[in-house]
Amino acid sequence: MSLTLKQVEEIAGLARLDLSKQEKERFRDQLSAILDYAEMLQHLDTGNVPPTAQVTGLVGVLREDVIAASLDQKEALANAPATQDGFVVVPTVLEES
Amino acid sequence: MEELTRLTLHEARRRLDAGEITSVQLTEAFLKRIKSVDSKLHAYLTVTNDLALEQAHAADAKLRQGQSKQPMLGLPIALKDVLSTKGIRTTCGSKFLENYVPPWDGTAVSRLRKAGAVFLGKTNTDEFAMGSSTENSAYGPTRNPWSLEHVPGGSSGGSAAAVAADECLAALGTDTGGSVRQPASFTGIVGLKPTYGLVSRYGLVAFASSLDQIGPLTKDVQDAALLLDAIAGHDPRDSTSAPRIAPTFAASLEENARVEGLRLGVPTEWMSEGLHPEVARSVQAAIQKFEGLGATVREIALPMSRYAIPIYYILAPAEASANLARYDGVRYGLRVGGADEIFEMLARNREAGFGPEVKRRIMLGTYALSAGYQDAYYKKAQSARTLLKEEFDRAFEQVDLIIGPTAPSPAFRLGEHANDPLAMYLEDIYTIPVNLAGLPAISLPCGFAGELPIGLQLIAPAWQEERLLGAAYRYEQATEWHKQRPKWVSAPER
Repeated sequence: MSLTLKQVEEIAGLARLDLSKQEKERFRDQLSAILDYAEMLQHLDTGNVPPTAQVTGLVGVLREDVIAASLDQKEALANAPATQDGFVVVPTVLEES
Repeated sequence: MEELTRLTLHEARRRLDAGEITSVQLTEAFLKRIKSVDSKLHAYLTVTNDLALEQAHAADAKLRQGQSKQPMLGLPIALKDVLSTKGIRTTCGSKFLENYVPPWDGTAVSRLRKAGAVFLGKTNTDEFAMGSSTENSAYGPTRNPWSLEHVPGGSSGGSAAAVAADECLAALGTDTGGSVRQPASFTGIVGLKPTYGLVSRYGLVAFASSLDQIGPLTKDVQDAALLLDAIAGHDPRDSTSAPRIAPTFAASLEENARVEGLRLGVPTEWMSEGLHPEVARSVQAAIQKFEGLGATVREIALPMSRYAIPIYYILAPAEASANLARYDGVRYGLRVGGADEIFEMLARNREAGFGPEVKRRIMLGTYALSAGYQDAYYKKAQSARTLLKEEFDRAFEQVDLIIGPTAPSPAFRLGEHANDPLAMYLEDIYTIPVNLAGLPAISLPCGFAGELPIGLQLIAPAWQEERLLGAAYRYEQATEWHKQRPKWVSAPER
């Protein structure tokens, strides 16, 4: 399994990582080696075997919808890199049309 | 104070309750110890001096009033820096969270706080617990107290080194693929990974949610039981936390301290290829010790365990890539300037804030989950996980516990695996299958290769912590390995 530079760029786009050229080349080689190793799974016959997503055996865990105290605005914003009037500041999300 | 830092949790408990020492004396001894040795070891990322002394004074006040019914009251411990601590910086070993101060405690932390434990600080970890050496910490590696040129293991390497070097009585770590057991093995201490679901994950910063568990790193088995008691049990805030009453492990330790008649299984595959000769010898000797104590030993086959690493390195990165999508630098975390629009900002923040291993796993997981590859990788690995779990189920029809090595070798040198991620991944070959199957397991000191400790792993069926701890306790009582200390720790000024 050998990844191309273009594939690495596509994955980085999905993962929202602004990788350098050097990182792209390194990850192309390293990820290809790891995926090669993972190829051994293809030799396993898993035809009718159900997937395991978790091992607890618990399904549909619900609790009563009870109102409880949560963080106040000051606490919730305490770690925000930029705030204004009780809001989080970010760059443009939508262009003006 | 004479060697207060050498005490175990249970010894310190007895001396506090008898009024022979105070929590403040104990806490001051540890803070002094950290000051004198941690510049060499770098086990701590944050030392909470003032908080620790405040908690110690409060504990002493309660102890004086005779309110000593809380087993953890006044005992100084350390917490891995992936555990959310209200008002205490929690970095996860990442530049991304360098200045992050959580507004809440995770459940294990809040239970310890309520129980009156003293928090000495937050310990070093591979970034977001991704690694087997602590070399992936953005703040520099931790060193092994037994040999400063060697790693302490990881990702809970800071917690393990802190316990082994008497910088705390005990510590909490987290184990996703071996991150409590392997560092315990490398530093000659006890490390316990509980059954998935026994300890709440609420406030454990998520790496791979179907595998992560919090576990104790301690100087002996009794301490592991004590610390587990303090953190185990159902939590409505974690939907994967099991709705069952947790036993009291410390109280039942003596009555469970039985090996006679226990059926032990040795996985043939784990004792052959790739095992360091000194590790093989020590583990064989430990198995004979168990036989001498009355256990019956047989070989078992776990052929699926050779698939554990590829299964893990598909599933864990897949879960990680989803969990780490939250780090965008909007509401908290690193924000670098210069971006004109939001997506550019996200990609720049993440690029600047994450280290190479975290990026590697996010990339791998994103690929395994991407359209067109999900069936070939992610679903395939999930089905293989089912087969691996069923293999353990069948093994436990024949044996009561599985016994073998914790890690294939003693601690490796710093930098040894720097350019070969796959070689680093193979360090967890005997620990990862246990996480995939959700089982409890413990690493115990069982010998040395030169000056470096070796760990023995015992694995039990799900929810059989009492059997696991009992057998471990019996073995420990019959051996002296857990009493060994690194040389320079007893003579740090050398």
